[in-house]
Amino acid sequence: MEPITGAEILVRCLKEEGVEYLFGYPGGAVLHIYDALYNQDEVKHVLVRHEQAAVHAAEGYARASGKIGVVLVTSGPGVTNAVTGIADAYMDSIPLVVFSGQVPTALIGNDAFQEVDAVGITRPCVKHNFLVRDIKNLAETIKKAFYIASTGRPGPVLIDLPKDITIAKAEFHYPKKIKLRSYNPTVKGHAGQIRKAVDLILSAKRPMIYTGGGVILSEGSTELVELTQLLSYPITNTLMGLGAYPATDKQFVGMLGMHGTYEANMAMHNCDVLIAIGARFDDRVTGKIDKFCPTARIVHVDIDPSSISKNVKVDIPIVGSVPNVLRAMINVIRDEKLRPDAEALARWWRQIDEWRAMKSLSYRPSDEVIKPQYVIEKLYRVTEGKAIITSDVGQHQMWAAQYYHFDRPRQWINSGGLGTMGFGLPAAMGAKLAFPDQDVACVTGDGSIQMMLQELATMKQYHTPVKIVNLNNGYLGMVRQWQEFFYQKRYCMTYFESLPDFVMLAEAYGHVGMRIEKPGEVEGALREAFAMKDRTVFLDFLTDQTENVFPMIPSGGGQNEMLLAERDEMVSTHDEGMVLL
Amino acid sequence: MNNDRHLISILMENEAGALSRVANLFSARGYNIESLTVAPTDDPTLSRLTLVTCGNEQIIEQIIKQLNKLIDVVKLIDLSETDAIERELMLVKTKASGEQRAEMMRLAEIFGGRILDVTEATYTIELTGAGNKLDNFLRAVEKDAILEVVRSGATGIARGQKALRA
Repeated sequence: MEPITGAEILVRCLKEEGVEYLFGYPGGAVLHIYDALYNQDEVKHVLVRHEQAAVHAAEGYARASGKIGVVLVTSGPGVTNAVTGIADAYMDSIPLVVFSGQVPTALIGNDAFQEVDAVGITRPCVKHNFLVRDIKNLAETIKKAFYIASTGRPGPVLIDLPKDITIAKAEFHYPKKIKLRSYNPTVKGHAGQIRKAVDLILSAKRPMIYTGGGVILSEGSTELVELTQLLSYPITNTLMGLGAYPATDKQFVGMLGMHGTYEANMAMHNCDVLIAIGARFDDRVTGKIDKFCPTARIVHVDIDPSSISKNVKVDIPIVGSVPNVLRAMINVIRDEKLRPDAEALARWWRQIDEWRAMKSLSYRPSDEVIKPQYVIEKLYRVTEGKAIITSDVGQHQMWAAQYYHFDRPRQWINSGGLGTMGFGLPAAMGAKLAFPDQDVACVTGDGSIQMMLQELATMKQYHTPVKIVNLNNGYLGMVRQWQEFFYQKRYCMTYFESLPDFVMLAEAYGHVGMRIEKPGEVEGALREAFAMKDRTVFLDFLTDQTENVFPMIPSGGGQNEMLLAERDEMVSTHDEGMVLL
Repeated sequence: MNNDRHLISILMENEAGALSRVANLFSARGYNIESLTVAPTDDPTLSRLTLVTCGNEQIIEQIIKQLNKLIDVVKLIDLSETDAIERELMLVKTKASGEQRAEMMRLAEIFGGRILDVTEATYTIELTGAGNKLDNFLRAVEKDAILEVVRSGATGIARGQKALRA
């Protein structure tokens, strides 16, 4: 076999892995790799305008499709710019393989031009990383990276490639399979634990199913729906888990957590058996830990043992992949014809319906000023609930999660763990590349959108027509809300005295811009925008500047201590709560 | 909550960066490391890392889970949860002149130490044992007689037939 260069090996590996898109940005250390990409069209390269966007776009692609997102950046600032995206993928367990260029091996450690310790900088925010020091290990390292990124609890893996490695030659052998003695995730749940869990689940008088992003990552939605409907139990999803169970089904009680529904949080607080699936008891979900689910015995299914009993001690832990464990549970229940306590369940549902009747997501409509919630409701209607929605971070993110009812997994794409402003636009581009025939909308705000605006140019170049729904209130709304509630309305640095004309801006990038100022124009504008199938449309909605996200559990509060709307007087949180902000 | 001391022994890939992954994990998650020793094993592809940490039951459980989650970690054992031998090496340079000289030698003998180097005014003593034995020696020696203390950090192995191997 003819030896080929490291750069050529890399491209061959990408083809072996079936990589469709490579999101990247060239530079000195990766010039050989770009040269190897030149004469082929199997791996399509998307030239972003900033490396952070390359990672977010790869995340959007991965989150929408379930495939691995692949990124290529140069050394030094190339990789430091990518770090935010890598950390974002790490927090949300998104499978990525990131290739970073590095200065030649002989110069490593010499403070060479565009040198940073990429494996050192990224170590705390990757599932694993590699520095390739020998061309002979390159292909195998890449195989390992794809394997580690996509198995177990997924996550980003970085491979740092010194320039001389991309030039050196070796014969190309791509291993078909890889086995690591130190890495072997548990997929199948322990039969004894599953049996114990089923007994506890069926003994419940006030059961609650609480599921997170793990269900989506593991493609466990089918099993989740089957189990939930078999039991007729109420179910809530975390922000990361929305879509795993159809939001329009009557058993769904809405999202839980800081801005979750009253019924979801009250059911959590009062349940006697909690069935946690692919969720990690994040602080935005639990509220104050010692007030969390005080009367519940807890079953927790997760593929990552370190997620179990990390924040909340659980009674029956089951390590395994969600579809695998849930299938086993369903089999036990069906085989033994087990039935939940129908009478207790009917009582429980009556209680939940009372909480539901509080209509915690109601808001004061207006004919004068556009309410942001109203825009999301119309977006839901105009897209018939079918669009892929990406979001940035802030109030608009919560409104999108609350008012767009996601009926299928991978329909809702947001930065949950890290909360990265700027995520939404490049993620929408990645999702659109994965599903060119589906409507993709990016729900954003005037703060977030300005962090990744430059990608409007990339979207023009690669023809990824998405609809940008900008809820423009002139404020960093979520921070403003907290300043209103907890800092006596001292709005420090949350008002943008100057904003660009987003319509002109969209047009400058070759897109369509629309400004919507009246509630009566909202639906028409959305219809007009979505009718333009092949254009990116920037819809700039001027919304109520003072609107707040409700319901809300103030920091330090328990799940039963929700504020329902403006009518509730905001009690300022105590000192302990302020620390938790 | 009791903050028990735990001796955790880890078998891991002998690769560049593996040690930093362990050290990083402890600093990133705010866990304590009291001591840490590491060296390759009879199998040159593997390193054995032993560390002493402390924390309540829940913290130790998390530490073990987080360590196991590192891709480079092959296997580990909490030696405090089993019947195990713990050893640490200490080198102490002490003053040794006049009356002190005989006294110091006697003390070293009591603790099973060896005198490795002698000058007219000093002894350099080698001691091995569990950490608390070394602490006791240092307490027994007159404070201003101690010139320098070097400790290797604890290492250990389980008693009986059980062996930690890849």
